[in-house]
Amino acid sequence: MTDIPMSSEAQPRSNSLLSQDARTRKRNATEKRFRMYGVIAIGIAMAALVILLTSIVSDGAGAFRQSYLSIPVALDAETLDPNGNRDPAEMSKVLTLSYGKVLDKAVETAVADSGIAIEGLTSSDTSNLISKEASAQLRNHVLANPEQVGQTVDFNVLVNGRVDGYFKGRVSMESAARDANTSPQQLQLADALKEQGELVTRFNWNFITNPDASDQRPEAAGVGVAIIGSAYMMLVVLFLAVPIGVAASIYLEEFAPQNRWTDMIEVNISNLAAVPSIVFGILGLAAFINFVGLPQSAPIVGGLVLTLMTLPTIIISTRAALKSVPPSIRDAALGVGASKMQSIFHHVLPLAMPGILTGTIIGLAQALGETAPLLLIGMVAFVREFPAAPPEGLWDPASALPVQVYNWTQRADPAFIERASGAIIVLLIFLFCMNLLAIFLRRRFERRW
Amino acid sequence: MPLSWALLVSLALAVAGYVIGRSRAFASAGTDIRKLHSRPGYHGASVALTTLTPAIVVLMLASVLRMAKVFPPEATGFAGLLALAASVAGLGWGVTRINTDFRARNVVEKIVQGFLIFCSSIAILTTAGIVLSLIFETGHFFQKYSWTEFFFGLNWTPRFQGNSNLGILPLLWGTLYISFIALVVAVPIGMFAAIYMSEYASKRVRGIAKPAIEILAGIPTIVYGLFALITVGPMLRDYFAQPLGLGSSGSSVLTAGLVMGIMLIPFVSSLSDDIINAVPQSMRDGALGLGSTPSETIKQVVLPAALPGVVGAVLLAASRAIGETMIVVLGAGAAARLGLNPFEAMTTITVKIVSQLTGDNDFAAPETLVAFALGLTLFVITLGLNVVALYIVRKYREQYE
Repeated sequence: MTDIPMSSEAQPRSNSLLSQDARTRKRNATEKRFRMYGVIAIGIAMAALVILLTSIVSDGAGAFRQSYLSIPVALDAETLDPNGNRDPAEMSKVLTLSYGKVLDKAVETAVADSGIAIEGLTSSDTSNLISKEASAQLRNHVLANPEQVGQTVDFNVLVNGRVDGYFKGRVSMESAARDANTSPQQLQLADALKEQGELVTRFNWNFITNPDASDQRPEAAGVGVAIIGSAYMMLVVLFLAVPIGVAASIYLEEFAPQNRWTDMIEVNISNLAAVPSIVFGILGLAAFINFVGLPQSAPIVGGLVLTLMTLPTIIISTRAALKSVPPSIRDAALGVGASKMQSIFHHVLPLAMPGILTGTIIGLAQALGETAPLLLIGMVAFVREFPAAPPEGLWDPASALPVQVYNWTQRADPAFIERASGAIIVLLIFLFCMNLLAIFLRRRFERRW
Repeated sequence: MPLSWALLVSLALAVAGYVIGRSRAFASAGTDIRKLHSRPGYHGASVALTTLTPAIVVLMLASVLRMAKVFPPEATGFAGLLALAASVAGLGWGVTRINTDFRARNVVEKIVQGFLIFCSSIAILTTAGIVLSLIFETGHFFQKYSWTEFFFGLNWTPRFQGNSNLGILPLLWGTLYISFIALVVAVPIGMFAAIYMSEYASKRVRGIAKPAIEILAGIPTIVYGLFALITVGPMLRDYFAQPLGLGSSGSSVLTAGLVMGIMLIPFVSSLSDDIINAVPQSMRDGALGLGSTPSETIKQVVLPAALPGVVGAVLLAASRAIGETMIVVLGAGAAARLGLNPFEAMTTITVKIVSQLTGDNDFAAPETLVAFALGLTLFVITLGLNVVALYIVRKYREQYE
């Protein structure tokens, strides 16, 4: 067949089918190695996922458990209600400080009654056993139940963050000895109280319902305001991004003539999808806050920024859903005399709905986890007040889940890292549910043509 | 809020208009409904839309004027009344138009189409808003700070009392260094994962591996940031940096780069997956038929054919890495530094945008305004990368269509 002269090296091979020659072995080894690289790559990706999730979950699980000290508190009528008429309006003049004294006394009595004796235990160790937040809790409780003043009530008080950390393994006797905020004696006292059953560690609903707390009291911090803020923003995104996104996709996919204007819109959308999210934050700051004059830290501004950010995602997935409806549907509708608008709104859109919903949910999930633009529009502010019900509440200051996480990572007390991981778990649970819903919708309603 | 009351009332008027329009259409048709050009519902909708549209236009104008502070807040009551008057006028006009020959459907469809066009223009408005707000404030910045010092300055030391050095080069260096490490991690892993899944993996393996990698894509960046801060950073410091004597900082270029690389794996792998699948099967069959092993086919036929697409994917990933914020905020540190040691903390453009714009902002100080100049730089870089990447990817796709 060929006239190429055979060189002396390339003699016809004399090997058998049963044994491979060196070159084949080499090629096969390369093949195996190449496959191995692929397996390793996938292994690294999966390992990264597993390590990421386990590290977050193991760090954050502690946030869902909290230690409480259950002690009888004598609500001294003379300190708490000096006028003696049990009127909450008058009693609210009594400062939190006085409640702190009442609590200190209660803790000292409880420790004395339990008969625990620990060498070197100072009185500040005892009174610092409970959280600084506990007096505010007691005040709220008393103002809500003024008739209890003068009685002795059993009250569950939050334990100091360090002592709480000791039961979660974050604080040890050695670290306590070096720490100005706690002492080994205090931890021994806590141990003894735990043995007697007065100090219990149980599930922490307050983490989900409480607002943020100041730097000194990580044990009282929760994600309540952040969840509400995130929910409000999702509401804004849902009410703005979905109708606008669907309308825009219908126009671009079904009506738009091929001209320079629609070309420009298309290029714009694909570029907007790749603009870094922080640039949207700058836009929000410059346009919505500085120019329009909307308030800082308000969910309405966050919602608007996230709307602009998720619009390209929603438009792209909606267009794909519209494109997947076969042209025969449109032709059939037009054939029986429907107008173009009727054929789309009565036939194409309902058939594309599952795809649109799936894309919308994924866009919302993306918006829920977005942090960077929210930092720039003032969502990092320390917010303790719950916003009002919508629509007025949309203008009240609030936080957002991912921003709350960032906020807590910037605090000094390591207990806040545990809270941050806990907040991430809450965020991931929300995202997981949204994605599950998207998968369910796709499986249940998607039609293959 | 007189404006929202006006809106509510005109909504109620629109509903009433729908009912009136529909019944008038029936009445004008008499006994034979076929005389109507449009179905009665369209007549109703046309009245409702002519009631609502003028009111909404007036209300939007009023709120824009109020935002621009052209008229005082006390005038909103007047604006609300004006909107109501407009909607009543619209209602009256809409009702008188109804007769058997009135083309109500065409009117309604025109208005709906106008709404659709308006919605699709929002993308352009957004881009215009971004560009205008960035350029406007950057202009203010360059009035207060020389642009040569900004673009060529080697120092970044903002001071609150003024007299700051605001050179972008250390930030740009940190950004590029971290992005480079991220790409070194993400590109090989993502590519090999995509190759394995599209060319080798059995259906079962793909069924597990593909969703797992997609989960990585769905995790918010703040989670990666926290992972960098509490797990990767301390680990790199304790096991590599300190024993090697290279640094003692938990936040470092390598921390941010590694974690960002993990974040980019699904991005690279799904893009490469698309690109590899776009190479025609006939090319693979030809190579395999000539006796090459699958890996030789991939290396010598599939990848060269897919090269432009792969380059596009890497560019898109680079633009993602450059614009990423939360991972570098939590993982890279805040010290602006020009150095080569990957265990040292460095900072990026996005970190500095965040740190200059959070807290109390004084929009007259160059220390705040510099964030807009940084944002504009970031926007131009990522936009350039995207345009080039999308152009390459599109060209490549056309090649095999």
